[in-house]
Amino acid sequence: MSLAEQGAEMARRSILQTLRQPAMVIPPIAFPLVLMAVNVGGLQSATRLPGFPTDNYLNFAIAFPFIQGALFASINAGSSLARDVETGFMRRLALTPMQRAALLMGNLAGVMTVALCSSVIYLVVGFAAGLRFEAGVGGVLVLLALGLLIALAFASLGALIGLRTGSGEAVQGVFPVFFVLVFLSSNALPRELIEQDWFRAIATVNPVSYLFEGLRSLVIFGWDGEALALGFGVALAIALPAVLGASAALNTRLVRT
Amino acid sequence: MTATNGIEVAGVVREFKNGPRAVDGIDLEVAPGEIYGFLGPNGAGKSTTVLMLTTLLPPTAGSARVAGHDIVRDGAAVRALIGAALQEAALDPLLTGRDHMRLQTTLQGLPKGRRRARGDELLERLGLADAADRKVGGYSGGMKRRLDVALALVHYPRVLFLDEPTTGLDPSSRSDLWNEVARLARDEGVTVFLTTQYLEEADVLADRVGIIDHGRIVAEGTPERLKAEIGRPSVEAIPAERSERDAIAAVLARFGAPVAASPGAAAVRLENGEDLVAVVRALDAERVRVADLQLHQPSLDDVFLAKTGRKLEADEEAAASEPAEAAA
Repeated sequence: MSLAEQGAEMARRSILQTLRQPAMVIPPIAFPLVLMAVNVGGLQSATRLPGFPTDNYLNFAIAFPFIQGALFASINAGSSLARDVETGFMRRLALTPMQRAALLMGNLAGVMTVALCSSVIYLVVGFAAGLRFEAGVGGVLVLLALGLLIALAFASLGALIGLRTGSGEAVQGVFPVFFVLVFLSSNALPRELIEQDWFRAIATVNPVSYLFEGLRSLVIFGWDGEALALGFGVALAIALPAVLGASAALNTRLVRT
Repeated sequence: MTATNGIEVAGVVREFKNGPRAVDGIDLEVAPGEIYGFLGPNGAGKSTTVLMLTTLLPPTAGSARVAGHDIVRDGAAVRALIGAALQEAALDPLLTGRDHMRLQTTLQGLPKGRRRARGDELLERLGLADAADRKVGGYSGGMKRRLDVALALVHYPRVLFLDEPTTGLDPSSRSDLWNEVARLARDEGVTVFLTTQYLEEADVLADRVGIIDHGRIVAEGTPERLKAEIGRPSVEAIPAERSERDAIAAVLARFGAPVAASPGAAAVRLENGEDLVAVVRALDAERVRVADLQLHQPSLDDVFLAKTGRKLEADEEAAASEPAEAAA
């Protein structure tokens, strides 16, 4: 049996797990949209600041749900794997001829499928609310690709924590840390318009800022090679070591002779 | 070993860091189609042995072959031929019974056209067909255990490992599972390695029993042979008045050495040549009133007591008093 077939079956399981837990479906879709609506309502006046890149705050804020959705993806991926460790399900899998990679691949693929569905909903709501997309249809596809890569990066981090600790609580405990990183980034204002020096300095070294900027560049500026390169580069720089770390942790968990 | 469906263990040891030897050099052989009961108290080394024989834990020393393959050098071949239901029913509470079957039949590499039929067949056989489309989180303990066993069987294993399969189950669920295990061995020739801390389970189900204590096998043989080694029955008397317990114990002491008895009662292992009639006459002669008088044939607990100096029943009762399965 091929790795792809095993991975597809594990992905199906991951999607079923998510769909059967309303708490894993509704918050990742509703919370980011609600927060975006609050920001758009409250920060529209920020667009009048000299140098603000768009006259509609929605165009600026649409990146926010993608990042927050990715954080939820990290919780889903990590909690699911931690539960497999806690319940002993990992041992059941270890007794089958399943390749180790299929478990991680399937888990991440399932989480990313859910993330893709969420992303489409964010965009549909955004367009319905008046979103203008400078990069056109191709840009929408690139935005979805970057959004998925970001979801993969955070989901892999969640998987790494879930596999290392074997504890759902530990995975949940990391969520506030990720959230702080989101708020100490350029999520609400362009970095150059942040007046507080310390905040601007943190936002500049915070990799999450470049994820926001890569996503929103497609909406506001069209095709900005530098912003996209930084966005994809940072997402890859998080995803690669996280996937490798999660694979190593899985090898430790799935011990068999 | 010439037969390929058996188990052969030689000097297997498992040490954990900063801990005692969980398994301390065990040797055993299980013949094809045999049900081998591995009996011992909590922490005796039963589950560690199962983890090693199912390739999930490498032994520190020694060697073992399962279904004709070395558990260390040829783990994948061993796994292809064995099924295992480990101590906790390792199920995903969010999946249905049918989802579990689909996943397991796929991962075990059954041909696509056979997966659904095999899953349905096992769900039916284990009495789970009606609950197949319900999430496992709502299953009772007995249903989870049966699904666990069904999952272990999807790929037609030749050797089945069951690690305390009936712990926490009600008597009816326990009996159902015993019947299925016995059927597997009898009708399909599956070799069963069954760990348990229930004496009755080993007595009823196992063709042979190995008793493990502190990581070592202290006795091995058929339940009948092990009990025959103890030989003599014991007699237990429960006084009509608690105050007469010592008087009864004094009378019984004439007939053999004292053994553990129920609270408030007295018991002795009868010496050769003594019988219940003589005991009744002696009690009558002393005019002590007895509420109940029982003759106990030797049990596996007596075997355990004789081999280790401790009773297994205490652990068993503690385990049995754990919360029983919830209703479905």
